[in-house]
Amino acid sequence: MEWETVIGLEIHAQLATRSKIFSGSATAYGAEPNTQANLVDLGYPGVLPVLNGEAVRMAVRFGLAIGARIAPHSVFARKNYFYPDLPKGYQISQYELPIVAEGALDVVLDDGTRKRIGITRAHLEEDAGKSLHEGLPGVSGIDLNRAGTPLIEIVSEPDLRSAKEAIAYMKKVHSLVRYLEICDGNMQEGSFRCDANVSVRRKGAEKFGTRAEIKNLNSFRFVEKAINYEVERQIEIIESGGKVVQETRLYDPDKGETRSMRSKEEANDYRYFPDPDLLPVVLDDSFIAGVKATLPELPDEKAARFVRDYGLSEYDAGVLTASRELGAFYEEVVRRVGSEPKLCANWVMGDLAAFLNKDNLEINESKVDAAALAGLVVRIVDSTISGKIAKDVFQAMWASGEGADAIIEQKGLRQITDTGAIEQAIEEVIAKNPGQLADYRSGKDKLFGFFVGQVMKATRGKANPAQLNALLKKKLAG
Amino acid sequence: MSAPAATVAALAKGLAAGEYSSVELTRAYLERIAAAQPALNAFVTITSEAALATAAAADAARAKGQAGRLTGVPIAHKDIFCTEGVRTTCGSKMLANFVSPYDATVVAGLRGAGTVMLGKLNMDEFAMGSSNETSFFGAVHNPWDTKMVPGGSSGGSAAAVAARIVPAATATDTGGSIRQPAALCGVTGIKPTYGRCSRYGMIAFASSLDQAGLITVSAEDAALLLGPMSGSDPRDSTSVERAVPDYTTTLGDSLEGLTIGLVKEFFDKGLDATNEQRIRDAITVFEKLGTRVREVSCPNLPLSVPTYYVVAPAECSSNLARFDGVRFGHRCKSPKNLLDLYCRSRGEGFGAEVKRRLMTGTYVLSAGYYDAYYLKAQRVRQLISADFAQAFQSCDLLFGPTSPTPAFPIGAKFDDPITMYLNDIYTIGANLAGLPGMSIPCGFVDGLPVGLQIVGPHFSEVRMLNAAHRYQQETDWHLRVPAAFA
Repeated sequence: MEWETVIGLEIHAQLATRSKIFSGSATAYGAEPNTQANLVDLGYPGVLPVLNGEAVRMAVRFGLAIGARIAPHSVFARKNYFYPDLPKGYQISQYELPIVAEGALDVVLDDGTRKRIGITRAHLEEDAGKSLHEGLPGVSGIDLNRAGTPLIEIVSEPDLRSAKEAIAYMKKVHSLVRYLEICDGNMQEGSFRCDANVSVRRKGAEKFGTRAEIKNLNSFRFVEKAINYEVERQIEIIESGGKVVQETRLYDPDKGETRSMRSKEEANDYRYFPDPDLLPVVLDDSFIAGVKATLPELPDEKAARFVRDYGLSEYDAGVLTASRELGAFYEEVVRRVGSEPKLCANWVMGDLAAFLNKDNLEINESKVDAAALAGLVVRIVDSTISGKIAKDVFQAMWASGEGADAIIEQKGLRQITDTGAIEQAIEEVIAKNPGQLADYRSGKDKLFGFFVGQVMKATRGKANPAQLNALLKKKLAG
Repeated sequence: MSAPAATVAALAKGLAAGEYSSVELTRAYLERIAAAQPALNAFVTITSEAALATAAAADAARAKGQAGRLTGVPIAHKDIFCTEGVRTTCGSKMLANFVSPYDATVVAGLRGAGTVMLGKLNMDEFAMGSSNETSFFGAVHNPWDTKMVPGGSSGGSAAAVAARIVPAATATDTGGSIRQPAALCGVTGIKPTYGRCSRYGMIAFASSLDQAGLITVSAEDAALLLGPMSGSDPRDSTSVERAVPDYTTTLGDSLEGLTIGLVKEFFDKGLDATNEQRIRDAITVFEKLGTRVREVSCPNLPLSVPTYYVVAPAECSSNLARFDGVRFGHRCKSPKNLLDLYCRSRGEGFGAEVKRRLMTGTYVLSAGYYDAYYLKAQRVRQLISADFAQAFQSCDLLFGPTSPTPAFPIGAKFDDPITMYLNDIYTIGANLAGLPGMSIPCGFVDGLPVGLQIVGPHFSEVRMLNAAHRYQQETDWHLRVPAAFA
């Protein structure tokens, strides 16, 4: 039996405002419990919420970036439920009239095809606080620092067909919110997390299967593992004659499995209604146009420009525009080198990316900055060193923090471009290997590589490869 | 100094003229409060020491030439307003020990104007009631007959002003909670336009209806006090940005040519006949002052009680969710688990009327019922607003009774919520439409006061106060004092 997976994601991105969505408290992460919660956050009697305009601007930025409809009139509603970390007994969110509706994002799949993922809506809401259980024997603590932190909840259409697609989409949103500077994207701190609605159906079926909602996934890896686990679980149930029940499930990263939190019957009736403490958010065209004017170049636009202006492949352009910082780094290298954008791309995506990955560093923490990398690439372009030597130079730059020229000088790595010196080295190698020479001349063309290697060894890799090839061919021919 | 006869206007003059100090005045009122408390139970908390300290500071300011026109005038606040460092109970066991860490904007405004707070006034629990019998701190008694209710929910404010144990008091009005007790106690009450006064620090009952206001002896006193408690507040998004006029300068304006509309639906079969006669008498006075009178109809107004009893409970069921025993207020003893903490804290902390409304509100917002109740009620609310807007096309102000009957005996309606809810049948419309309303004394029935209700267009407080003041120049109903407190 062939099965098809159907996934929709609800991504919660914490907006990078300085203060909370309805109060003046700071939103900074990691403060002592309850030091960033004022009377409004604590839900004291008599206090009222006042909307943070910056959160609205950020939501509009997101909406514009996904080509969505920005609602001229959106409404905050109360989602009522009791929980100790929810001080007012309701969460202020948007329900019937969200600020952003009907957008889409394109993701590039593994096979290079593009797929458009619909975004049903994105709405503003406040985060809840946290319950603390560790180190408090017999009691639970409540930390309300996070209560009232602005979130944008981004709800996708059920357009995703595999965990891989879900990750590709989630990464795209992650990249976008950081481009837009509306979210720091820090998943460990919970600034970017998601719930996944997962169901399966027989291939070709029109109706969706019954879905389970998996809560609070805060890493790409967990999303992938949780979805794959859940898909297998559901297929197993159906194949053994059972029925999937609609429920909310929690992913346990330690055990790598999902488990039931509450069934549909146990679900809260949230009794949504418009919050009478807040006026509708009314946005006119000039406000929206004003926000639009401040949008940066977006990833897809930037990638298209890289293909057009730098002659990069779509794949390379996609990699280099995955984050705003990486794109800026690459463009700085190209600007300084002044030519060879493809070679620059190879260096950024190749050795640089590998070293960053090895040391677990972000691009802005790189030990070789854009100017230094450009300094290295320039020496390849002007034939001072070969590409192969450049790899050693890069390693030394990474380790020492010194520039390419200094390392080339210290280590005497300057390429040999003097024809006489290369010819002399060739003659010595030929003289030492008469047998191989005879074999080559009798038709063993493959031995050409052996001679290249021997000459490079003799010149400690410094012979200019192009010159070496030409001269060697001539000499071997006799 | 004769406290019983004193209005805020007169006391302000006396203070300015140096006839008495604020400390002397404050002490005199504190004595009256103490004497009346057993009979009226108008106060939940009396802040004698703080009052005398504030009064001394007011006197010092005056000595330095820094007095404003209200400096040193004693008032009291309904216990729904948060007052920094002072217990703020909202008439509930839930908040019996809650000391607010901050001042409501209205309180801060009146404090800034130099008034002296004498204490916190009794009220129906969370402002839910029309008789002041739902207070955890006991019923308030009507000074005109202590067997009678003072009305509610601002019963403490109305009884205290009627007995002249405070010169004036703040109050709040969600469905008539200022106007109805003002009528039943023979005092002046004003509920300004929704958004005129900040709701910040006023413990919410039904957010889209709640409005702060005043209970005073006279319209002139209301005009004096309304300014400092009005205006937009950055902490309340629903407060309206609009300049606050000096309400006192237009009090004496002529009423010549003003058109008064008598709302047909206000004079229905539920209205007590003698009560109606007093209203008609008052209208005759207005006619003598040069106003034109015409009948108008607001056909949807009879739907206001059922509409209100969907909207207000819906909002309060959410507003009161924060009282969960976790961070402040009543917490049950040794809870077994979280659910037990919630259930017992709320079960013990709230009284029967509050629970009734929480359950009604939870019900009308529930999945499957929302459209049939809440949404429909909101639509009716728009119809009622439209009716008023239509009426104001041809009238400047609308007149009618404030309540169907004068004060009724304590206990008479307590077990019959539907009859109790009908007390607000004439007042609720203004709340649903966000309109300003007043009640002014216009006579007596069997020794109990009757109130004339005035409803105006949005932000017509100037005109309403002007009309009320001119009427009070022609009559002395508002100056009558119950014999026991004279």
